[in-house]
Amino acid sequence: MMLDYESLRLIWWALLGILLIGFAVMDGFDLGTAVLLPLVARTDLERRVALNTVGPVWEGNQVWFILGGGAIFAAWPTLYAASFSGFYLAMFLVLLTLILRPAGFKYRSKVADARWRTFWDWALVAGGVVPSLVFGVAFGNLFLGVPFSFDDDLRFKPAISLLSLLNPFALLVGLVSLSMIALHGAAWLNMKTRETVQARARQIMPIAALSYSVLFALAGLWLWQMNGYAITGQLAHDGPSNPMLKSVTRSADGWLATKSVILLIPVILAYAGAIGAALLRSRPGTAFFFSALVPVGTIATAGVALFPFLLPSSTNPNASLTVWDASSSELTLGIMLGAVVIFLPIVLAYTAWVYRVLRGPVRETDITQNSKTAY
Amino acid sequence: MDIVELSRLQFAVTALYHFLFVPLTLGLSVLLGIMETVYVMTGKQIWRDLTKFWGILFGINFAMGVATGLTMEFQFGTNWAYYSQYVGDVFGAPLAIEGLMAFFLEATFVGLFFFAWDKLSKVQHLIATWALAIGTNLSALWILIANGWMQYPVGARFNADTMRMEVSDFMAVLFNPVAQAKFVHTVSAGYVTGSVFVLAISAIYLLRGHHIEFAKRSMTVAASFGLASALSVVVLGDESGYTAGENQKMKIAAIEAMWKTEAAPASFTLVGLPDLATHTTKFEVKIPWMLGLIATRSLNKQVPGIDDLVDDAHKRIKDGLIAYRALLAVKKNPGDSAVRAELDAHVANLGYALLLKSVRADIENATDDQIRAAATSTIPDVPTLFWSFRLMVALGFWFIALFATAFWLSANRRLQSHRWFLQLAAFSLPLPWIAAELGWIVAEYGRQPWVIEGVLPTALGVSSTEANNVLFSLLGFAFFYSALLIVDLYLLRKYISLGPEEALAPAEAMPAAAE
Repeated sequence: MMLDYESLRLIWWALLGILLIGFAVMDGFDLGTAVLLPLVARTDLERRVALNTVGPVWEGNQVWFILGGGAIFAAWPTLYAASFSGFYLAMFLVLLTLILRPAGFKYRSKVADARWRTFWDWALVAGGVVPSLVFGVAFGNLFLGVPFSFDDDLRFKPAISLLSLLNPFALLVGLVSLSMIALHGAAWLNMKTRETVQARARQIMPIAALSYSVLFALAGLWLWQMNGYAITGQLAHDGPSNPMLKSVTRSADGWLATKSVILLIPVILAYAGAIGAALLRSRPGTAFFFSALVPVGTIATAGVALFPFLLPSSTNPNASLTVWDASSSELTLGIMLGAVVIFLPIVLAYTAWVYRVLRGPVRETDITQNSKTAY
Repeated sequence: MDIVELSRLQFAVTALYHFLFVPLTLGLSVLLGIMETVYVMTGKQIWRDLTKFWGILFGINFAMGVATGLTMEFQFGTNWAYYSQYVGDVFGAPLAIEGLMAFFLEATFVGLFFFAWDKLSKVQHLIATWALAIGTNLSALWILIANGWMQYPVGARFNADTMRMEVSDFMAVLFNPVAQAKFVHTVSAGYVTGSVFVLAISAIYLLRGHHIEFAKRSMTVAASFGLASALSVVVLGDESGYTAGENQKMKIAAIEAMWKTEAAPASFTLVGLPDLATHTTKFEVKIPWMLGLIATRSLNKQVPGIDDLVDDAHKRIKDGLIAYRALLAVKKNPGDSAVRAELDAHVANLGYALLLKSVRADIENATDDQIRAAATSTIPDVPTLFWSFRLMVALGFWFIALFATAFWLSANRRLQSHRWFLQLAAFSLPLPWIAAELGWIVAEYGRQPWVIEGVLPTALGVSSTEANNVLFSLLGFAFFYSALLIVDLYLLRKYISLGPEEALAPAEAMPAAAE
C-alpha cells in the first residue's frame, strides 16, 4: 500500500462523509416519502401510489445505512463503540422504528382492512420521522460535546442521558435534518408521481425548502457564537489510535470562525440545492437533482466544521475522538479502502441500472391493475 | 440480572429471532433461482407461477429477515461497546464488506425480483433472481467469516498502545478453516430449511387435493435439492471446523460430555445423563472409536477431556498473568522494551488472565483459589450442549431420510399415492427451524465464557450503559419481534391457504395475458 497512515485516516474521514451523504441522498427520499405520507396521500389508492414509488428500491437504499454502520465499525471502531453505546436509548428508538419499515412496506397492502392499513401507514410515518429527527439531534450534540471518558483499559465510560441529548440546539439540528429529508421526499414524489400526489408534493416543496433554509441559517448563527474544541500541543497524525494521549481545550474561536472560507463551499451547495429545488419544481428531474445537493452540502458543512473531531467529550475534552486517534490500524484501513474502491463502483453501476429499469412515474392505474402484487 | 446477563439475553433473543428468518431466505432464494431457470429453459408458464408464488412467501419472510438483521448490525455498538473497541479492527471489516459486496446486491435485486416481471426480458429477470440468491449467500459467507473469527481468532495480534486486537494477516481471517466449515454447514442448513418448507406445504396441498400439478413440481425440486443439502449438512458438518480450531477442544469435550481423557481412539457417547457436579455421565451408551475418528480423523491422536482442559486453562491463566503484569508495566512506561518483550512472550494467554476480571479488578493479585475457579469457569453448560447437539444431529439424519424417500417417490411418480409420507412431510415443517436454533446454541452458547475464544471473556465485552436501559430495550425488542412474528405467521398462513391461483392476480396467472 502506497498510502501512509495519515493519508488513510484522511481518506477514511472523507469516505465516512461520502457514506453518510450516500445514506442521506439515497435513503433520504424514501424516508422523506414516509414522512410526507399523510400529507400528500389521503385515500388508500393515493397512499399506495406514494409507497410504490419507493417500494422496489427502499431496501437497497437502506443498505447505505447498514454499510455506514459497518464502515464505522471497521474503520472507526472507537467511534462505533462510543456513539452507539453512548446514544443508547436514542439508537434503540431509531432501530425500533426502522424495524417497522420492512413490515410496513411488505405487509400493509396484503390485507384489505382499513384499520390494518392505517396502522402500517403510521408505522411507516414513524419510521421516517424518528430516524430523520434523531440523526439530526445526534449531529447537533457532536458540536456541543458529549459527557464521556475512557478508563485505563480504553473502556468507554459515558454519562449521557436521553434527556440531556434533547437540548435546544440539538433539537434545532434535528429539525434541519427533518426539513431536509421532507424536501428530498417531496422532490422524489414530485418526480415519480402524477395526479393529486404530485400536486400536493409540489406544494410542499417550497415550504420545506424555506423551512430548511431558515433552520439551517439559525443553526449556523448559533454555531458561530458557540465554543468549539481545539487540540493543544502535539498529536502525531500517524500515531496509535488511543484517544487518551492528547490534550484538548474548549476554544473561544468556535467551530466556524477558523474555517469560514472553506465552509462557504458546502453552505453555498446546500442553499443552491434548496433554492433550486423550490424554484424548478415544475421540472421534476432537475428539482430532484437540486434537492439531492442539500444533504451533500449539509453533511459536508457539519463534517468540515467538526474536523478533526469526530466525537468531542464535554467532561474530559482530552478523551475526545479525533480523526488521528480513533481509527482502525493502518492495515485495516488499507484493506477496507481496497474493498471500497473495488466494490462501490460495482454497486453504483447496478444500482443505476435498476433505477433505469424502474424509471417512469407510478400512476393510479398501475396500482389498480396490479392490485395483488403492488405494495 | 446484571448488565452482562441482560446484554447476553438480548443478544440471544435478537439473534435467535433473526435466525428464524435467515435460513429460509438462504434456501428459498436458491430454490426460486432453480424454479425460474426451469421456466426460462422450458418456457412453461407453470414454472413462472411457481416462482412467483413461492416468491410471495419468500417476500413475507424476507421482510422479517431485514427487520431483525438491522438490529444485529448495530447491537455490537450499542450493547457490546468494549467488544467493538477491543476487536473492531478485525471483526468490523467482514461486516462492512458484507454490506458492500453482498447485502447491496441482495437488497437491490430483491426489488427487481418483485416489481420487474413485466419490465425485464425473461433472461434479465432470471439474472436479477440469481443476483438476489447470490447476494444472500455471499452475505452468509461474510457474516460467518466474522463469526468464525470469534470461534477461532486467527490473523490478529494484541497491540498494547491501542489496547485492542489488530489484524496482522487478513488472508488468515478470510480463509479461516472454521469460517469455511461454518459457511458450508450454515448455508446447507438454509437449503434444507427452504426445501422442507416447499416440501411440507406442497404435501399439505396434495393431502387436500389442491393445486396438484403445482405441488408435484414443487416437491420434485425440493426433494432433489433437499437431499443434496441434507447430505451436505451432515457430511460437511461443523465438526471438521472444530477440529481445525486448536482452541475449540473444550466445546467438543462439552458436546460429548467427555470428562476424562480416554486412550485413543476415544469412544462416542450416544446418550447419557451428564452431571456437572460430579463430572460424570450416568447411563452412558458408547460407540467405541467413533469420537476419535470424527474429531481427529485418526486412530492414535487423543481427544482431551474436560478435566485435563481445565488444568490446561489453569496453566494458561497463570501464564496470562505474566502478560498482564507486563502490560501494566508498559502502560506506566511505554518506552521500556524489556517489559514489551515480556508481554509479547506471554500475550497468547492474556485473554485467559482476563477471565479473572469477573472476580476482581486488580487481577494481578489474584489468589490461587480464584485462578482455580476461573479455570473451572471455562467449562460451558455441558448438559445443554450435550442434548442440543444430539437433537440437532438426529434431526439432520431425519432430513436425509425424509428427502431420500421424497426423491425416490417422486422419481417413481408415486408421491400422491403415499398419504403416510405426505403426512410425515407436513409434520416435518417446523423441524429445520428447531435444528437451526439448536445449531446456534451449540456454536455460540457452547463458546462461553468467551466472546472471542481465548481472547476476550464475554463478561468484559459489554457496554458501560445502565442495566435498566438494556432491560428496557430487551423488553422492547422481545415485544416488537413477537408481534411482528405473529403478523408474519398470519400472512404466511393466509397466502398458503389462498394457494397459487388465488394469490397471483388472475391476469398474471393466465399465460395469454402475461406473454
